[in-house]
Formats: sequence, structure tokens, C-alpha cells
Amino acid sequence: MVAIIDYGVGNLFSLKSSFAAIGQEAVVTADRDALRSAEKLVLPGVGAFRDAAEKLRASGMGDAVLAEAARGKPLLGICLGMQLLFDRSYEYGEYEGLGLIHGSVRPIADVIARGLKIPHIGWNALSFRRQSPLFGRIHDGDCVYFVHSYYAADCGEAVLATTEYGAELTAAAAKGSVYGCQFHPEKSGDVGLNILRAFCEDV
Amino acid sequence: MITKRIIPCLDVRDGRVVKGVNFEGLGDVASPVELAEYYSANGADELVFYDITASAEGRALFTDILCETARRVFIPLTVGGGINTVADFDRVLKCGADKVSVNSGAIRNPALIGEAAKLYGDQCVVLSVDVKRVDGAFRVFAKGGREDTGMEAIEWIRRCVGDGAGELVVNSIDTDGVKGGFDLELLEKVCAAVSVPVIASGGAGCIEDFITLFRTLPGVDAGLAASIFHFGEVRIRDLKAAMAANGIPARL
Repeated sequence: MVAIIDYGVGNLFSLKSSFAAIGQEAVVTADRDALRSAEKLVLPGVGAFRDAAEKLRASGMGDAVLAEAARGKPLLGICLGMQLLFDRSYEYGEYEGLGLIHGSVRPIADVIARGLKIPHIGWNALSFRRQSPLFGRIHDGDCVYFVHSYYAADCGEAVLATTEYGAELTAAAAKGSVYGCQFHPEKSGDVGLNILRAFCEDV
Repeated sequence: MITKRIIPCLDVRDGRVVKGVNFEGLGDVASPVELAEYYSANGADELVFYDITASAEGRALFTDILCETARRVFIPLTVGGGINTVADFDRVLKCGADKVSVNSGAIRNPALIGEAAKLYGDQCVVLSVDVKRVDGAFRVFAKGGREDTGMEAIEWIRRCVGDGAGELVVNSIDTDGVKGGFDLELLEKVCAAVSVPVIASGGAGCIEDFITLFRTLPGVDAGLAASIFHFGEVRIRDLKAAMAANGIPARL
């Protein structure tokens, strides 16, 4: 069973539906016991980093996620949920993340060419940087759907894939069994469903 | 490189797709859910659903259809029509919409865009605007293009983007239905005025119209059309292949 962590951020209807579509049981939950008994965890998120980080802490879900990750349970952060996995974010200030993957979250405006639109919205191609079971069912160059204005920087070896938008932006990262996708697999058609399938079955 | 998006638009009334549909392999050609699945499987990058229902029963039916679509289709979904309040945003977002498009609702209540952007983020709020030339000026029309608001279109668009609209659907009433190509003059002015993504709508009649659009105006991010896709006059797979062959980034 997959536990989709509910800490009051965003709308989880499509995410839950995407697991149903690949035949995986998924629950949307804010219950520590449910996180403990789940085989896989998904940390979603949309909106602002500070707000989400506060809600994650206040709900107790932050500690619960850290405890499960420490036991080696596979975790997938999506979009802002991915950004929360890093040490810190510089979105309107400086805020602490979960620190599960080393790196910091910075504005894409710092690195992309002038004149490109922000947010980076739409379908863009993945460039694999290293092998990962998460991408075992898709191909280098496959397109996925992005919506973001910040990206994970300084994450070195953790980078699994990048995408080109006036600069090479981190599209996915991992450390041990902790994975993060900047894009939305639940909105990326068959490619996205194959990533979720791999997370459920191959990770 | 980010790809240019191709977006079919479905007008839904009382639970059925309004403009005719003519496809082989679709059991129920007027079922929005089946049509959405068909498009998703055949290369559409995103879908727009417009609710053109007037009745409360029709509205409830629309939200049911939306939920069913979001259960089966995993590409971004924009929903418009009858969005007048933040509660309307909430209603469709809970059913799996990713973005919500406002048109007449923002004209009636200009605070709506700001309120919604604060609650759901700019990326969630799409301004849809119907534009027509009147005495040589681009004017905003309301109520499905029937009523001249007297407002200058570029000014209105700038203001809405300033308030938090994260994307624009620019529909030219002058070119809509003519199938002679997109309204490049209008779209060029819009692209020069704002830095949010621009979706061109109204006037596409053939593949070449999309190629011309993206080649002439690199600032346009997406092309939207309805009947040419519904009637199979343009197949999205063929359109994408032609885009790629012409050096326009496309998701194949």
C-alpha cells in the first residue's frame, strides 16, 4: 500500500487516481500508523515552501516522514514535496527543509536565460544523469509535465535527471531510498504512470 | 527544451460534448470522458473543459464528469465556464482540475483573480479573454462573445496578469470559426505585453496554421482548437509530427 501524505497542502485527487490507474492501493492520510504500515510513501505539495514546511512540521507529518525514511522506507516527493526533501529553500527568505537529500532550493530566475517565462510550465524532456530503478520503465528524452519557479541546486551526485530550460535544471534526485521529482508524474501521461509503477514495484 | 502544447477544447452542456464529434473507435462520441481519454491517448498535451450549462442540474453533472475524467486521464486539465467565485474554483479543483479559467466572472468581479491566486497560486489561475476589433481597437467581449464591455483588451490582460493570472487563453472572435489561421496581430500584441504563457485560440483550420503560429510568434506557448480536432480534420499526431519536422519542439 502507498500512503499519500496529507498535511493540508494541495489537491490529491489526481495523485490518488493515478495510483488506482496502475492497480496500486493508495490512501491519503495524516495518520502516523498508516505511514508506518505503508510500504511506500508519497510526499506531495503545491504552493509556497515556507507555508508547506510549516504545515508539515505542525501536522507532525515531518517527523513521521523522517522516522520512516530513517528505516529505509521508499519515499517519493513530488514538485514542492520534492523541494521539501532538501536542506533548505531560498523562496522568499531562507527556510529549513527535511534535509533528506543535500542541496538547496533556489529560484530558476537565477540561472535561466533572460526572456524565458517563469514559472517553467509545460512538457519538457528528461536527460538521465545516472541509472535509477525509478526510470527503469521510461526512456531518456521522454517528456514530463513541469510547473515550478524554483529548482533544487547544489545537489551534486543526488541528481538523477535534468531538464533543459535555458539551463540544466534538476528534474529528479535521489539519495538511498528517498526520491524526488520536480515534475508531476500524475500529470505526465503514460510516462508518468510508468514512473509511479516503477516506484511501487522496482524501488 | 520546453515543447509547444496542443490543446483540444471540449464544450460540455448537460453532460455532453456540444460541438459534433466524428471519430472511429469511440463508442459514445458525445461522452466528454471518452473523448478526453481518446485525446490523451493520441497526443494531446492538455485538455480544456468548458462548462456551458445554465442549469444547476447540468452543473452537478459537469462536476461528476470532471471527477470521472480526472480518474482516467493523466494530463493537465483546465476547467472554465461558470467560474464566478472562489467557491467555484474549489468545486472544480476538488474534482481534479489543475487550472481554472475565468472569463466573464473576472469582468463582473475583478477581485476574483487576485483572491484565487492568493489561495491556489498564480499557476492555477487562467484568464480566458474573448477579443474582437471594434473601430480599429481590440476590445474585450463578455458572455461568450455577445457583449462588448468597452474595455481595451491589452490593458485588461495586463491588469489581470498583474493581479495573478498565471496563463492566458486569448480567443479572437474575429478569426474564430473562419479557419483562416490564428489572429497573429492580436497575439503578437499580447505576447509583447505580458510574460506569462499564452495559449492561442480561434481560427485554426489546418496543420499549417499551427506551424505559422509557432514560427511567427515564438512567444506563444500553446495552440487550442475544438472542432478541427473533434471532426478529425486535424489529427494531433500528424500535427505534432509536422511541428517536429519544422523544427518546433513538440512532445511526440
